[in-house]
Amino acid sequence: MYIRSAAAVSPQASFEALFTGAAGYQGEQLSCIEPDYTSYIDPKLIRRMSRIIKMGTAAAVESLKAAGLEQPEAIITGTAYGCLADTDAFLSRLVEFKEELLSPTAFIQSTHNTVAGQIALLLKCHRHNNTFVHKGFSFESALLEARTMMGENEITTALVGGVDEIIPASHALLRRFGLYRANGDSLRLVNEPAKGTMAGEGAAFFVVDTQQSANSLARLDALQTWYKPSTPNRVADGINALLAEQGIEWKDIDLIVAGRNGDTGDDALYDLFKKDIPETSFKQYCGEYPTATAFGLWLASHILHEQRVPGVEGLKPRRILLYNHYQQTHHAAYLLSAC
Amino acid sequence: MSAPVYIAGTGVITAIGNDTAANLDALRSGSAGMGPIRWLETRHQGQLPVAEVKSSNEMLAEKAGLPAHFSRTSLLSTIAAKEALQNAGIPDLGKWRTGFLSANTVGGMDKTENFYPAFLQNPAAGRLREVVHHECGAATEITADELGIQHYVTTISTACSSSANSIFFAARMIRQGLLDVAVAGGVDALTRFTLNGFNTLMILDSQFCQPFDENRRGLNLGEGAGYVVLVSEKVAATLANKPEVQLSGWCNANDAYHQTASSPDGTGSYLAMQGALKKSGLKPGDIDYINLHGTGTQNNDVAEGTAISKLFAEAYPPMSSTKSFTGHTLGASGGIEAVFSVLSIQQGLIYPNLRWETQMKELPFAPVTTLQEKKVEHVLSNSFGFGGNCSSLIFSRIN
Repeated sequence: MYIRSAAAVSPQASFEALFTGAAGYQGEQLSCIEPDYTSYIDPKLIRRMSRIIKMGTAAAVESLKAAGLEQPEAIITGTAYGCLADTDAFLSRLVEFKEELLSPTAFIQSTHNTVAGQIALLLKCHRHNNTFVHKGFSFESALLEARTMMGENEITTALVGGVDEIIPASHALLRRFGLYRANGDSLRLVNEPAKGTMAGEGAAFFVVDTQQSANSLARLDALQTWYKPSTPNRVADGINALLAEQGIEWKDIDLIVAGRNGDTGDDALYDLFKKDIPETSFKQYCGEYPTATAFGLWLASHILHEQRVPGVEGLKPRRILLYNHYQQTHHAAYLLSAC
Repeated sequence: MSAPVYIAGTGVITAIGNDTAANLDALRSGSAGMGPIRWLETRHQGQLPVAEVKSSNEMLAEKAGLPAHFSRTSLLSTIAAKEALQNAGIPDLGKWRTGFLSANTVGGMDKTENFYPAFLQNPAAGRLREVVHHECGAATEITADELGIQHYVTTISTACSSSANSIFFAARMIRQGLLDVAVAGGVDALTRFTLNGFNTLMILDSQFCQPFDENRRGLNLGEGAGYVVLVSEKVAATLANKPEVQLSGWCNANDAYHQTASSPDGTGSYLAMQGALKKSGLKPGDIDYINLHGTGTQNNDVAEGTAISKLFAEAYPPMSSTKSFTGHTLGASGGIEAVFSVLSIQQGLIYPNLRWETQMKELPFAPVTTLQEKKVEHVLSNSFGFGGNCSSLIFSRIN
């Protein structure tokens, strides 16, 4: 499967900005730098869209534009939390007004498939449309479905994206689980391990294709997930098997893009894979959230295409291993190569 | 020719029964599951009928072998999925790569809405155990862990078509050699969130629903879970009870018309049914029974009916909406109706569309109103939802 284009609405302005001056955030969270949505969406529609719908739609439209594709043959999204702002709005009113005087607008937009549905509506795309909502596997499931559809010859192209938002209520709730550090400094998140990470959010969309084209960013050679592995070594063995299937060895990997989030406990798992291979990470740019690997894939794809790595001078990687785990439960490895 | 995917087992819990046998009995006897609200705490008690599973959370927890404070969603899911795997009776399950592919629309919302009043007053208040299973994926993982399934887990949410999509994603994974066995379907529990949401849309019937009737007034919400066990040919060869049914076709299409309403001509429904027929290599005339989406709303039934009248004009197969028994179980409906479709082939049954009285003026056909016993080879099952999501599945007898 080839990655024909990749576009993100994230806490960073662009891939270029990661070289000229990445945006840093202080405190517990990173927030998306939102584009001028009028360049992507009809202003009449924008008014009715919640933030996550706008972020997802803008990233989707941008990735289609970059791929020069008007109609994908499938639209598949992954979102762990779904449309939180509308869910919170409807639930809060339901509680406050004791199940009376409710309006349907927030309910209608609260369903997890709203982003994918709105993209279909905007494109007038009648093809396959699906939404995966499985925690740290949401985005990986979406990509995997695209792969199985290609394997069945149902499609040759798909628009695949991962999107999650932070809202005040979700952050107030998640911080009670002790996930975040109090005085975070995002650009130093990974370099200064401590207890807790920083919360993040974003939308990253990709056009994937069975065929290579002139402007393909990268080739996705393999994608594998592991759910609650009994020991971390099971993942290590799994990655070894993945490399063997591709007929390559660790020495053939030029760069590891790791999902380190700065939390000492979480990051210990990445050390298991530490080899004599250059490593970079991505959550200092996007924060920690269940679909952060979509941002990681966006970064890895552009690294392979542009042959330059933020923060690492002179490296021109031809092959990348992207490895991430979400809360030590959901592990994912992507093997990518330059086109 | 692609590898076949067999149905090795079924598991279901709905308002008409706690397992496959009880559901089948109710479908045979024409006993609907709607009634006054008993378990859901809501101000709409006494006003709106719903199709609740006839058990408290404590009773379900005991049956599921899980704590009673877990979300009702996870309890229903675990009960039906366990039944499905038991029913399949796969020897040495541990040696196969097994996946659990579920679907739901509101996850653990039934608990979150108990948590929210205190949380809204003070963000440090409310018991976290009420909200820890909020995400849609949480119910899936509770069930997968109970079943000992580790190889692959995922959850789909495409509103009312959710679990149809999980079934054919599972089928594709088996055909692509990524899984040997998959338990696939979906679940949803009744919540104040969905009951009030559908109520604001003014599409809830204050009486028992009448799908595909000229005087239909809307839908009744229901709850439940339905799963089928899909297996590869290799696994099927090891089974004592040889599978009789296979999943032969599927398609997911989008109406791309409106966030909640269906297009009047049923574009999405038409494309989903047509695509599923194409995938299966069958002609419209081969279909012996259509298990309709048939919610009972003005909008759905005319859109779905119009699409059917375009595709099946030469000879209308018998059809009915089993939502007239179970209510609309949202994210569970595709899974529950997949079980009913498999039973239709296994038992040679076409279920009645209960309470049908008056012919819809827009349509040239009527649903089946009494139980029919006949040989059924191919069943088309429709699941359509918000976001323009339309999916159709075709189940076929293995010959």
